[in-house]
Amino acid sequence: MSIATPSPDLDDDDLDEPIPAMQQLLDNPFLLLFIGVAMPTVLYIIWGVMEIVGIPIAK
Amino acid sequence: MAINRNFRTCPTTGLVFHEQGEKLIRWNAVAGVVSLLVGGVLALLVILTRWPAVHLLPADWFYLALTAHGLDMLVFWIIFFEIAVLYFCASTLLRCRIAAPRWAWTGFFLMVIGALTNNVAVFRGDSSVMFTSYAPMGAHPAFYLGLILFAVGALIGLFVFLGTLVVAKSEKTYIGSLPLVTFGAVTACIIAVFTIASGAIILIPTFLWSLGLVNSIDSLMYKTVWWAFGHSSQQINVAAHVSIWYLIAAIVFGAKPMSEKVSRGAFLLYIFFLQLASAHHLLADPGLTSNWKIFNTSYAMYLAVLASMVHGLTVPGAIEVAQRQKGYNKGLFEWLRKAPWGNPVFSGMFISLIGFGFLGGISGVMMGTEQLNLIIHNTIYVPGHFHATVVVGTTLAFMSLTYFLIPVLFRRELMFPGLSKWQPYLFGLGMSGFAVFMMGAGTLGVPRRHWDMTFAGNPLGHEFPGAAYLMMGLMALSGLVAIVGGVAYLLITVGSVFFGKKIETPDFKAVTVREGRAAWPARQPVAVAIASHGNIGLGGFVAPGTFTLAMVFLVAFVLYYFVNWKYLSTVWPLS
Repeated sequence: MSIATPSPDLDDDDLDEPIPAMQQLLDNPFLLLFIGVAMPTVLYIIWGVMEIVGIPIAK
Repeated sequence: MAINRNFRTCPTTGLVFHEQGEKLIRWNAVAGVVSLLVGGVLALLVILTRWPAVHLLPADWFYLALTAHGLDMLVFWIIFFEIAVLYFCASTLLRCRIAAPRWAWTGFFLMVIGALTNNVAVFRGDSSVMFTSYAPMGAHPAFYLGLILFAVGALIGLFVFLGTLVVAKSEKTYIGSLPLVTFGAVTACIIAVFTIASGAIILIPTFLWSLGLVNSIDSLMYKTVWWAFGHSSQQINVAAHVSIWYLIAAIVFGAKPMSEKVSRGAFLLYIFFLQLASAHHLLADPGLTSNWKIFNTSYAMYLAVLASMVHGLTVPGAIEVAQRQKGYNKGLFEWLRKAPWGNPVFSGMFISLIGFGFLGGISGVMMGTEQLNLIIHNTIYVPGHFHATVVVGTTLAFMSLTYFLIPVLFRRELMFPGLSKWQPYLFGLGMSGFAVFMMGAGTLGVPRRHWDMTFAGNPLGHEFPGAAYLMMGLMALSGLVAIVGGVAYLLITVGSVFFGKKIETPDFKAVTVREGRAAWPARQPVAVAIASHGNIGLGGFVAPGTFTLAMVFLVAFVLYYFVNWKYLSTVWPLS
């Protein structure tokens, strides 16, 4: 099959050096998804909605 | 049910296509191009109405056409094509089967039904509420329902993309980190999840309000949350088209990023900060404090701008390095002069990059500054800016990629190859002129969206200077050139896909998980790493041409920024 050469049975554990924390973050799409949704939700939506809710109602 | 593990390898490029993945990429791309066709016809009508000398449509038809144009272009064309790009980046680049293809098809059909429902609602004539559909201006319930169905379908597509990454990792079809282009697609996906969630938060209650089940929608609350959807949807584009720039640099030149770490760091800045720029749409609204406005635009947004500047530097830098290594090493710009300007995959991508940076990027930073925003808020400058980003930047990048995909994905020869060489120039330069003249007219105060800039018959009329009419006329002429480029694109792509000569390639074959595993890359000898880039460049710079372009950009940026402060001082006298 020409599609790919099977890899030797090596795993991430076989690497000599530990993976840096920053690379672990970049390699984890679900952690990035959490951060990428949480940050604008807090800084843009929740903060913005709190400001609007805090506007005094005209009497 | 048996998992479909049928793959084929493109004999020209070596790219690997999963059978279901290929069909999904094709159909999403086709649905996108159909939306582009509808949106393009409407664009012509809008241009011919905003051109004061022609003023084609009556008011009600103009607002209908503008509403449908905005939705078909900014939502349906872009997101259909982006889903195709995401599947390509996950399935093809990682040589992996698509996760949950049935769910992917369900998502696709929901998107199609949603787009049709929304279009029908608009063309009925009672939903001419513009792309923004600001409450309390109400549309037919089908308008909101269509958008909600489309969003749900797109969300399913995003999770199929994420699922495919999980499958690729578990079946070890790649080793180590995701390729940079796929990482850029992950960035687009993350922004898209936030975008669609925000859309759901505001569009579901608005839909219920249109049915009479909710009493009222607060207009400022609507605007604030809606822009988390409306502007972030355009940030998906940024991440997607930047990924395509890297992809095309690799396809055409075999270029590798100058620094993968820096490029990934720039995508990370997008994930953290890009969506916050939505706040610049609310800079003139009194209900939100300056703290919220300035944090979200003038602090956080600049970090996203920094990321765009990094990409704008590293993509041409990577091309320059690749070209110099091939021997185009003379002077500052031989690498650029000897680039394949007749290849629409490259020319379109490079015009997209320059137009996005110089026109869209600089104007975006100006608009995101609270004080300067007052000069142009709600003028035609705003669509000038986003036609530079979304049309010159994103649409042209997508068009360029199409020229690569027609032979590789659709297995058809490109029809009208002579016309395809000119198409990126017609579309890119026409649309750049269109954006520049819109911005010029906006600086003179011409309002956006307004049917008649003469305000004929209005009790409170306003007379714009002759230069504003000149700008609007030039805008229309440039727009017509871009329309010709758009027609050429549709002619080439639709003609090639349906009538182009078939390219015979080896068909799909079943591949076991073990056969599909990625090979470990060969270790480079130390000498290669030490010697790399050693003999190219000028004056100690590996990419001096790109550095010069970056300096030109910086000077243009600074000058334009300060010219606008000077302009602000003249329109807003304090003495």
